[in-house]
Amino acid sequence: MAETAVQEKEPLFGKKERKLLTDPLDSNNPVTVQVLGICSALAVTTLTFKALVMSVAVVFVCGFAALITSLLRNMIPSQVRMIVQLVIIAGLVTIVELSLKALNYPVYKDLSVFIGLIITNCIVMGRLEAFSLANKPWRSFLDGIGNGLGYGLILIIIAVIREIFGKGTLMAGSPFGQFNIIGASNETMSYMINTAAEGSWFSWYTNNGLMVLPASSMFIIGIIIWVQRSWNKELVDIS
Amino acid sequence: MEALNLFLKAAFVENMVLAYFLGMCSYLAVSKTIKTAFGLGLAVIFVLGITMPINWLINEYLLSDTGIFGMDLTFLRFILFIAVIASMVQLVEMVIEKFSPSLYNSLGIFLPLITVNCAILGGSLFMVSREYSFGNSVAFGMGSGFGWFLAIIAIAAIREKIRYSNVPPALRGLGMAFIITGLMGMAFMSLMGIDLGV
Repeated sequence: MAETAVQEKEPLFGKKERKLLTDPLDSNNPVTVQVLGICSALAVTTLTFKALVMSVAVVFVCGFAALITSLLRNMIPSQVRMIVQLVIIAGLVTIVELSLKALNYPVYKDLSVFIGLIITNCIVMGRLEAFSLANKPWRSFLDGIGNGLGYGLILIIIAVIREIFGKGTLMAGSPFGQFNIIGASNETMSYMINTAAEGSWFSWYTNNGLMVLPASSMFIIGIIIWVQRSWNKELVDIS
Repeated sequence: MEALNLFLKAAFVENMVLAYFLGMCSYLAVSKTIKTAFGLGLAVIFVLGITMPINWLINEYLLSDTGIFGMDLTFLRFILFIAVIASMVQLVEMVIEKFSPSLYNSLGIFLPLITVNCAILGGSLFMVSREYSFGNSVAFGMGSGFGWFLAIIAIAAIREKIRYSNVPPALRGLGMAFIITGLMGMAFMSLMGIDLGV
């Protein structure tokens, strides 16, 4: 009942609501501006499909945790709010984990502990603290979804760069099949690229082993921040 | 001996921050000065070292189907683990507030945020998925805590110095911290293969 009343007073997709969704994509991006949620992210960006699954999971958890917290916000005593939030998040993450286990077991095995680590993903917690506890359910939901998408965007950019230059493929391991983009088959990588990338465009390219290492995601995210701050001067760190 | 080996491996080769990027949020946010980095690092060692054995006991005797309830309760794992961690962090917070109010003030919001430090929960989840024994879980907890401590001290020292360098404005602060972390990760990779040969 309360929800319909809110919708009548405020437009469902007014300017403010749209801003809630698009702000986290650029000027208030959770990863590059708020520095939240890097923890559980960077280890899953070796393959685009893994990053995609992870992003969907985070969008789901973020959105619904915000919605539930916002619905309960007047009932939660402020001393125990951390525990309540953690229980909500942990419950949602358990749902995600069990459904992934049932739907796509190889990916579940691959992501291993990182699905569980969505619980401690600071984006979810941070948005609950900063936004959902003080705002109405619909807007909190949008804010949660927006921040999840902002996180997913960065994750997928990193994963695409790492997979193309590191393995020469795109979407390897997904149920939709993989694309061979660049490079001939590399001896050490041949277990990843079984088709020897025959249809690829730049077959002279040798896969860059650095891109498979975890350190490369740090460089890429550093460069993303550099690019973003070069055109969005407001974000530059003055100190 | 096996435990010592695991300690070294957790601290250097499979460093929580530099190999798995766990606990990055507080790692980046608190590493501006060495003093606060030192305090947070100690707190993380303590919390990791304590929660890991407790979570091991919970997993073995409450949640597994050979435990006291005699059924498979592993779906409760996340909630129980995070509850243990949250209460331990509360404990550490009270201790630090009592004995070192200045450190307490300088750590500020980041002390309660250890609860959501991925390194802590990640450690417990790694312990479960790698099926460590009790002794090994203690060693793994202390080792990964120590590795986290080393990493945050190292980057805090570098960031204190780099303030005097001429970094492009758009890269200043956060961007540079990421790139330094990447370089440190590569440096730590050279430690791969450390083994006491047990």
